[in-house]
Amino acid sequence: MIITTLADKINDANAKGRTALIPFLPGGYPDKEKFWKEILELDANGADIIEIGMPFSDPVADGPVVEAASLKCLDAGVNLKWILEGLAKVRSQINAGIVLMGYYNPVLQYGLEKFAKDANSAGVNGLIIADLPYEEGVEFRDLLAKNEVALVPLVGLNTSPERMKLYADGGNGFCYFVSVLGTTGDRDSLPEEIKVGLKQAKEIFNIPVALGFGLKHPSQLIQLEGLVDAAVFGSALIRHLGDGKSCAEFMKVWK
Amino acid sequence: MKRGYFGDFGGQFVPELLMPPLLELEEAMGKILKSAEFQQEFTSLLKNFVGRPTALTYCANLSRELGFNLWLKREDLAHTGAHKINNTVGQALLTKMMGKPRMIAETGAGQHGVATATAAALLDLECEIYMGAVDVKRQSHNVRRMELFGAKCIPVESGTQTLKDAINAALRMWIANQRTTHYCFGTAAGPHPFPLLVREFQSIIGREAKQQFKERTGEMPYMVVACVGGGSNAIGMFHEFVSEESVKIVGVEAAGTGEPGCFNSAPINLGTPGVLHGAHSLLLQSEDGQILPSHSISAGLDYPGVGPEHVHLHASGRVQYGMVNDSQAINAFKMLCHNEGILPALESSHAVAWAIENKDSIPKGANVIVNLSGRGDKDMDIFEDYLKQHGK
Ligand SMILES: Cc1ncc(COP(=O)(O)O)c(C=O)c1O
Repeated sequence: MIITTLADKINDANAKGRTALIPFLPGGYPDKEKFWKEILELDANGADIIEIGMPFSDPVADGPVVEAASLKCLDAGVNLKWILEGLAKVRSQINAGIVLMGYYNPVLQYGLEKFAKDANSAGVNGLIIADLPYEEGVEFRDLLAKNEVALVPLVGLNTSPERMKLYADGGNGFCYFVSVLGTTGDRDSLPEEIKVGLKQAKEIFNIPVALGFGLKHPSQLIQLEGLVDAAVFGSALIRHLGDGKSCAEFMKVWK
Repeated sequence: MKRGYFGDFGGQFVPELLMPPLLELEEAMGKILKSAEFQQEFTSLLKNFVGRPTALTYCANLSRELGFNLWLKREDLAHTGAHKINNTVGQALLTKMMGKPRMIAETGAGQHGVATATAAALLDLECEIYMGAVDVKRQSHNVRRMELFGAKCIPVESGTQTLKDAINAALRMWIANQRTTHYCFGTAAGPHPFPLLVREFQSIIGREAKQQFKERTGEMPYMVVACVGGGSNAIGMFHEFVSEESVKIVGVEAAGTGEPGCFNSAPINLGTPGVLHGAHSLLLQSEDGQILPSHSISAGLDYPGVGPEHVHLHASGRVQYGMVNDSQAINAFKMLCHNEGILPALESSHAVAWAIENKDSIPKGANVIVNLSGRGDKDMDIFEDYLKQHGK
């Protein structure tokens, strides 16, 4: 089953001559009250897809900024139920596609089938599970697909064409290309070899390719013209909000 | 069985960026471990550097008191004072033969950190050890030992600042440095192929014990017992005996202070199925799937997860897993000192304590081998603090 919502969002932005924007915020950040307001503000200020983090106590793929923000949300009592119920209430006011990103264990404890159903009814279009490589994710991917939620494939600089093909085969939504051999967190420069990897991904996947991890400023994308359909940014946005500034202000730079 | 699984447990729940080095490691294991070159070198190092075979000691005094024959497999006599060195020498040699110049490792109490730093010094590898900031303070002695061996010890400030966060930090570092670096994982847990790799290097414990016991008695033991943190010393002891159907096998988890609902390190007895550090296993976790802090008086057992093969051995009924609390372990610690002149690690004291606590269910005169995974010099401060707080 092909789920087109996320790809459509990115293609629409690209058709207007711009890279699609995918801001990331951990669910419940900067606090439980402000969070949904920030999501609406991201939506109103040019987000094509919004990624909501599902906080986990042991986020191995995350750098210090996302980890600290996630732990803060956990302390405030955020869980999957809170995110899904809150989303269901505001979903009709959000234009952007919605992707949830997190780790496998909280989803497993929620119940895979129940999660797929509840995510669908809350208006979730896609799911990114940082610690679910192809081999472990096939059954869940099909379960999600039945509920019209795309399991977004994550690949990186060290992913061989063979493994990219595995992901491309049933991959849905968009391909999330990790810009660095490392964790989330904004960096001043991106590795040169990224171009080779992105070219490969563009050839192998028949869905749009998003670049994420390490993005700090839109100028980083200039040398990657034609290779990146969408940009994901998390740490830079979290830091910005942490300084008490607004989403609108942040999005202005990226639009 | 699915690749990388023991029954329903195990697997490779890691970021895709870690799949290439895990596949590379699996391939290297297939090529290198069986080679004559590796086997010769490893066997020689175990003999001449680690000090193997370690003794199998009959405890005559305690045996009289307990009513069964207590034997100890003496990993405390291995170089650096614990079984950990078998694994680190093996992985360091593998790292070298894979052509990588550098190892990283996590450590809780510091035993695995010291053993990794030792093997790295011997084989001329660069070495970095990740250790929770809380543990760095608790175990400063071991930090100094690692540094003497030329390793860099990096305090981990995130999360609970203990072992589980040290593992997270090491995994993150491995993602970034996989091309030059091997992650020398310290126990039979984590993503495939680590549970197999660590078992391979630790199974020397059970092989020796079986052979030594046969030579001394002409028989098989009635029972073998070992403590379970991540599970490496236990799987090392058990592997050789799992197919010997007459032998009872017991793993011992740490019940912490022991009262209902207390913090503990007993995921097989008190945990629920879940995914942490790359494996589907049993975990201490909240209903929401957040990992709970663990506790044991023995730093080396203080981990909220456990190796997947143990969960499978439990599920299949082949191995029984019991629990021992802090005070029972302290009691065994004292008894072994007094009666036998052996100062056991607090981790190993849990295994000894299980045998003592269950003496009535062990037939008179039966032969029980307890794996003494390490020596207790490192635990003297903890022991004295415990006495101060609880009286003699
Ligand atoms: C002496 C000793 N025994 C046992 C353990 C427990 O680990 P495992 O269950 O992996 O053997 C440790 C871990 O640090 C240890 O130092």
